[in-house]
Amino acid sequence: MITVENVDKHYGDFHALKGIDLEIASGSLTALLGPSGSGKSTLLRVIAGLEVPTSGRVVLDGRDVTNLAPQQRGIGFVFQHYAAFKHMTVRDNVAFGLKIRKKPKAEIKEKTDELLRVVGLDGYQQRYPSQLSGGQRQRMALARALAIEPAVLLLDEPFGALDAQVRAELRTWLRRLHDEVHVTTVLVTHDQEEALDVADTIAVMDAGEIAQSGKPRDLYDAPSSDFVMSFLGPVSRLGEGLVRPHDLEVLLEARDGAREAQVVRVVHLGFEVRVELLLADGNGTSADGVGASEPVVAQITRAEAAALELSAGDIVWVREQLGTRGADGPKAAAA
Amino acid sequence: MLEQSRPARLTLRVVALGYLALLLGIPVGVVLYRTFEHGIAPVWDAITTPAAISAFTLTLEVAAIAVPLNTVLGILTALVLVRGRFRGKAVLEAIVDLPFAISPIVVGLALVLVYGRIGWFGPWLADHGIQIIFSLPGIVIATVFVSLPFVAREVAPVLREIGDEQEQAAATLGASSWQTFTRITLPAIRWGVAYGIVLTVARCIGEFGAVSIVSGKISGETETLTLLVEKRFNNFDLAGAYAASALLAIIALATLLAMTRLNPRKDHQS
Ligand SMILES: Nc1ncnc2c1ncn2[C@@H]1O[C@H](COP(=O)(O)OP(=O)(O)OP(=O)(O)O)[C@@H](O)[C@H]1O
Ligand SMILES: [Mg+2]
Repeated sequence: MITVENVDKHYGDFHALKGIDLEIASGSLTALLGPSGSGKSTLLRVIAGLEVPTSGRVVLDGRDVTNLAPQQRGIGFVFQHYAAFKHMTVRDNVAFGLKIRKKPKAEIKEKTDELLRVVGLDGYQQRYPSQLSGGQRQRMALARALAIEPAVLLLDEPFGALDAQVRAELRTWLRRLHDEVHVTTVLVTHDQEEALDVADTIAVMDAGEIAQSGKPRDLYDAPSSDFVMSFLGPVSRLGEGLVRPHDLEVLLEARDGAREAQVVRVVHLGFEVRVELLLADGNGTSADGVGASEPVVAQITRAEAAALELSAGDIVWVREQLGTRGADGPKAAAA
Repeated sequence: MLEQSRPARLTLRVVALGYLALLLGIPVGVVLYRTFEHGIAPVWDAITTPAAISAFTLTLEVAAIAVPLNTVLGILTALVLVRGRFRGKAVLEAIVDLPFAISPIVVGLALVLVYGRIGWFGPWLADHGIQIIFSLPGIVIATVFVSLPFVAREVAPVLREIGDEQEQAAATLGASSWQTFTRITLPAIRWGVAYGIVLTVARCIGEFGAVSIVSGKISGETETLTLLVEKRFNNFDLAGAYAASALLAIIALATLLAMTRLNPRKDHQS
């Protein structure tokens, strides 16, 4: 288990982490999610010991490691840009931690070969990192981090430098790997889809603070703030509150609680259809201005769209679907 | 690399090679030609006189002290400059470049003013029987000073380029600072170090200005190869001067070759 207690981090005048309290359960896969500059990497590096917190404590499995160097923490760290040892072969990269620990040669060889098989790089032992693709390099980096059997595996946007398809493949693969190895894993990402896809716990960060943490479903269904809600998937502002595109109902006549709107665009996305709407009386205003000036987006099924026969310019009515969260808005839902 | 048309490539090559030939090849070629004009025997005689052997040994001695010293110091300086976070870094940067900015003659004079008989430390040194000016220590200090920046200046950009993520990765894998340095940092910067060493060696054996002032030019004692070349040239012993010059050039070439052979795996550095 990883416990972060009241951790602050200052860079000169800049307050990068503000009293972070976080518990990460043993064997879980937790995603640290947040916009750029929210302090995700800083928090991860504090856990790793690559950054010293200004105040607060970091406890790994009951051991206070706040003042321990990264070498003594028993962690595996994977960097966004691989940090491959360029002058070493794939085998030597993976064996590095074991050689430092002076393990017997035979054991090192057996272990590295096994790990390379697990990450799908069997047969690449003699290559140099420059002869691997980005995805392969990152899998090598993962094998290297896992070789020392770390108590915790920390990944800082491990797939950030890869293209969308490889990224989706690797995260599914990471999930499977995690189910096999069960090492407590923390994954930093600014991609909500990635977080929802692989993590069993998500901590959303905002400007150096944890905005909310919990199970992906709870965060999605009961976000504690507009910020969390807008960060976990698309939202539109409808009057006072934020709504998800799926929770909107498009009607051809005025009904209870429905607002008049004009169709701006109809986009066919395979099974679903996205309808972009401009409200007749504007989107309403909010303190943080989230979604204030953008069109309202509704996502409906193909069948519904066909029944409505929508096209740009049509006048329709929209309201939040009954039986979803109701018109309470995210804050009330969390209370 | 950008694709170039064939004529453009040829023109580029001719211009580059022509420039090199004019500035470098022809003078060096002439020196070598004049040296061996009358065969190898007179050259051999000229470089095996007691004065020449003493000058050759002294030059190698000085290089043997100054090069390792400046290599270690240079790598340390580069690490401090690139990885360190502290006030006054800009000042240190400037100080490292000082030997480039100051004429070697001035360096020589400054050393005499500090360590010479009438210099700041002169009387104290004399009382303790230590002689620096007009002896080996003076020559070494002068050489170390003028060749100080090469390794640091070659290594610093390489360090900046590789960044510190590999070092951090090594740390998380359990490597101590020293292990990280020898297994990760040093192999990554070895080309910068090698090139810095080549330049340092060249400067050490070729140094003239500062050394000519602090050495006192005592034949057979404090006369380095460059000083010998100058003396022979001034005494109209042109053949002797050429022979000694050729020896200097050969030492420089040998270091260059040794360094390029240092690592055959350079292709894998992406
Ligand atoms: N060494 C440093 N010195 C000063 N400020 C820093 C330093 N490292 C990070 N910061 C600042 O701390 C804040 C948080 O940085 P951090 O790298 O943790 O963000 P992040 O959430 O990982 O963002 P991204 O998604 O862009 O990687 C940023 O505003 C950044 O400018
Ligand atoms: Mg980051």
